[in-house]
Amino acid sequence: MSLLNFIKKIEPDKKKSPFLHTAFDAFFTFAFTPNSVTKDGVHIRDGMDLKRLMVHVVIAMQLCYVLGTYNIGHQHFLAAGQYTGLFDGFHLKLVFGLIQLLPIFIVTHVVGLGIEFYYAAKKGHAVEEGFLVTGALIPLIMPPDIPLWILSLSIIFAVILGKEAFGGTGMNIWNIALLSRVFVFFAYPLTISGDQCWIAGYDKIVGGAAADYGWWHTGFFNPIFESLGWATFNPAQTVVDGFSGATPLALAYEGGWERVTSIFSESQLLWGTIPGSIGETGKIFIILGALFLVVTKVASWRIMAGMVVGLIATTLMLNAIGSTPFMHVTWTQHLLMGSFLFAMAFMATDPVTASTTNSGKWIYGILIGAIGLIIRVMNPAYPEGWMLAILLINTFAPTIDYFVIESNIKKRLSRA
Amino acid sequence: MSAQHSKISLMAAILLMNYPLAAQSTTENSNTLMVAIITITLVLLLWAVLSLANNLMKVEAAKNGIDTIKENFSIIPGISDFWTSKKPSYVGDHKFVSLNKGHNILLEGEATGSVEKITVNRFALLPSNFHGISPIPKVEVEVGQNVKAGDIIFYDKKRPEIKYVSPVSGEITAIERGEKRAIASIQILADKKIEYKTVKAPDSDKTSREDLINFMAENGLLPHINQRPFDRVPEPSVIPANIFISTFDTAPLAPDLNVVIEGQQLAFQKGIDVLSKLTDGKVFLGLDARKKQAPHKAFAEAQNVVKTYFAGKHPCGNVGVQIHHTAPIKQGTVVWTVQVQDVVTIGKMFLDGVYDASRIIAVTGAEISNPKYVSTYLGASIDDVLRQQTFSNDNIRIISGDVLSGKLKTMEEFINFNDDQITVVREGNEYELFGWLLPISPRPSVSNTFPNFLYPDHKFEAETNTHGEKRAFVLSGLYEEVLPMDIYPMHLMKSILNKDIEKMEGLGVTELTEEDVALCEFVCVSKTPMQQILREGLELMNEQS
Repeated sequence: MSLLNFIKKIEPDKKKSPFLHTAFDAFFTFAFTPNSVTKDGVHIRDGMDLKRLMVHVVIAMQLCYVLGTYNIGHQHFLAAGQYTGLFDGFHLKLVFGLIQLLPIFIVTHVVGLGIEFYYAAKKGHAVEEGFLVTGALIPLIMPPDIPLWILSLSIIFAVILGKEAFGGTGMNIWNIALLSRVFVFFAYPLTISGDQCWIAGYDKIVGGAAADYGWWHTGFFNPIFESLGWATFNPAQTVVDGFSGATPLALAYEGGWERVTSIFSESQLLWGTIPGSIGETGKIFIILGALFLVVTKVASWRIMAGMVVGLIATTLMLNAIGSTPFMHVTWTQHLLMGSFLFAMAFMATDPVTASTTNSGKWIYGILIGAIGLIIRVMNPAYPEGWMLAILLINTFAPTIDYFVIESNIKKRLSRA
Repeated sequence: MSAQHSKISLMAAILLMNYPLAAQSTTENSNTLMVAIITITLVLLLWAVLSLANNLMKVEAAKNGIDTIKENFSIIPGISDFWTSKKPSYVGDHKFVSLNKGHNILLEGEATGSVEKITVNRFALLPSNFHGISPIPKVEVEVGQNVKAGDIIFYDKKRPEIKYVSPVSGEITAIERGEKRAIASIQILADKKIEYKTVKAPDSDKTSREDLINFMAENGLLPHINQRPFDRVPEPSVIPANIFISTFDTAPLAPDLNVVIEGQQLAFQKGIDVLSKLTDGKVFLGLDARKKQAPHKAFAEAQNVVKTYFAGKHPCGNVGVQIHHTAPIKQGTVVWTVQVQDVVTIGKMFLDGVYDASRIIAVTGAEISNPKYVSTYLGASIDDVLRQQTFSNDNIRIISGDVLSGKLKTMEEFINFNDDQITVVREGNEYELFGWLLPISPRPSVSNTFPNFLYPDHKFEAETNTHGEKRAFVLSGLYEEVLPMDIYPMHLMKSILNKDIEKMEGLGVTELTEEDVALCEFVCVSKTPMQQILREGLELMNEQS
């Protein structure tokens, strides 16, 4: 283990530079499982630890990342009316997506991990793994064109006020990733709602607006593609007339399911080649991720099932009322639109902010499903409810647990 | 195909039959509602005909006395028929509890074969084995003095009536002191042939409870009984609500008590008879219903007890779990739990008038050459017991007890008072590159992120690495999966950490002891020391009450 010896040699002194030592410790324990052994208590421990748990959530999201990256490019060229086939201009779409996504991903991690390391060094404990998942989630729930400074601000807000103020990983009340999104939503609403923000690479999504390429596109990749004889980024391309960047939900609010299907086909909705936040469009991939989480028992199936039950029940109720076109949308159609599945698989199942009792998880899931759908259908300002519903029910999760626990206590006392 | 399966298939067939019937009966201009109504009507009609026939059949069966086994003698499946019953036939009319929660940790190095008599020279009594004893008990013997098996060695100054006696005869060789002059061990060099102090045991049928318990306290039998909650040597004046004995151990590599009880049936029954005089309630026996063959007849045919059969995974053999499912501890009462070999020791005192603390110990673990059962006495020297074994390497850990709730020992130390097992495992004090992501060696886990669930019968070579660092509680719902009790372990632990006495009592701290939460501690992804926290909670509650 010469690598191990080398790494041990460069370990910074804990007293001289606590920050460096904390950072070193975080990366070292990431690379090597420590040699610590059990003391009295159990002598053998399960192979599962928090790192492994968290990283499995990240693994479950990988398909969303792949699709999200490609879809950024795909939507960009759809707006220009070019390469409209799914696999046309494959290299351009992929490269365009990566140029959008990588800075978001890097900024998220630099800012988030920086704060995390700083607080860990200050409090003198090891860096906990919470940000592993948060950092992977945040890029997926942001629009592709989000300005990086707004992103940074939102992460600083979410991590400091949402997590460190409560005492770090495991203590927070609200889902950190959603807090960062809700910050953008309330502070800079135009960057995350409406029909202007979901398609990257144009100043404005109106007919005739020119593509906005940077040095990476024209100065770096174009020469490479040229030398290979492939198609290149064309700075002269413009948004086609009549193109709208509206999401299915905005359309559904205007005119129900018919309006949605006049623009998007059901298979587009299913596979996620539609405008939206980076990672939440590909329903098939999210379902695969959710199944992975359920099979590995990393996330609670009770919360997921509860949310589906809540959604279906509320939809049936709204169908019965049926006073607006949106109320006529059936539950299967609701599942296809918007970010319900993503919220269900990755957001609501955050074990720290969810209910911690098994029966509480059902109630928690059902409430999110019901309230989220009511916000989606009834709220004219913003036709997507899961972010707000999850944050709201996060707040009440301890209350739900309280009643579950109280009933357990009462049951025990009644024995006497 | 079992009877249940055929019944369920029959019901499915009837339901399916309705489909073509309903389809035929509809015309082209009917709507879905009509189809639904017709289908439901047909189902109800068929159901009425079937249940009429069914009832007639049941009446007929009862009249002719065919329905002797009280099974669901009907063609329509009852609710319970949808799940295959795991109840083995030998359970008979006794209560049967099947527990789904829990986890069996399968390890290499199980003790097998017949019991081997070994020579152990040194024995010791360790006062620290008893919770709540004062650290410096009054020692009645001096170094160099000769004692017989059953002679008083020490007693607790707080409760002088309860005597702790010598398991063997021989010479006192050392009285070791630990921190703050607390007595760590009283060591005895055993004679080649054990000499017993003989006493005249009272007839348990004709003696009052008070005399009986005074006799037991005087002759060192009370320390063999555990009083719950708080795990104390019982208070002689407090009458336990019930007494519980678990006759099987589901812990990793635990000894098979059917092997241990062989030839002791008489003493075991006598022990039960005596115990039944000491309680106002009953003596509950928890029996193993996991296997095809019935438990040893000493257990299965025991008299004077209420038998409950348990099937499931570890910890269903834990007496705490069994108490929870038979007669849960009520607030303000105490119960006793006794281990099988301790019942035998009590029984022999009343049969033969001697304190016979012979013990069958399972020597287990993947790191030793020859895992087996050995016969010795209580408090044997670990060095002596392991003398014939060769170890696979030097980097080992010796545990008195099982890997979940046993205690760490060195070669020079002695087996704990209540343990009937030694486990030897490898120390896992090495670094592992990306060990949390891609483990090199297979390791026991309840998590499906490992391929373990594909190989349910694989036996692991366990080691003591923590596989991660301590973290705050993050994952919920995992502990409940391995604790087959109506208890919320994480919330209980949090209430103990907050020192919230009322809440921890409400959440059932008094129903638990270390071995019950050991599996929760094993699975904990945050690597929380749950047994330690629980003990702190119990001691805190005991102080307050």
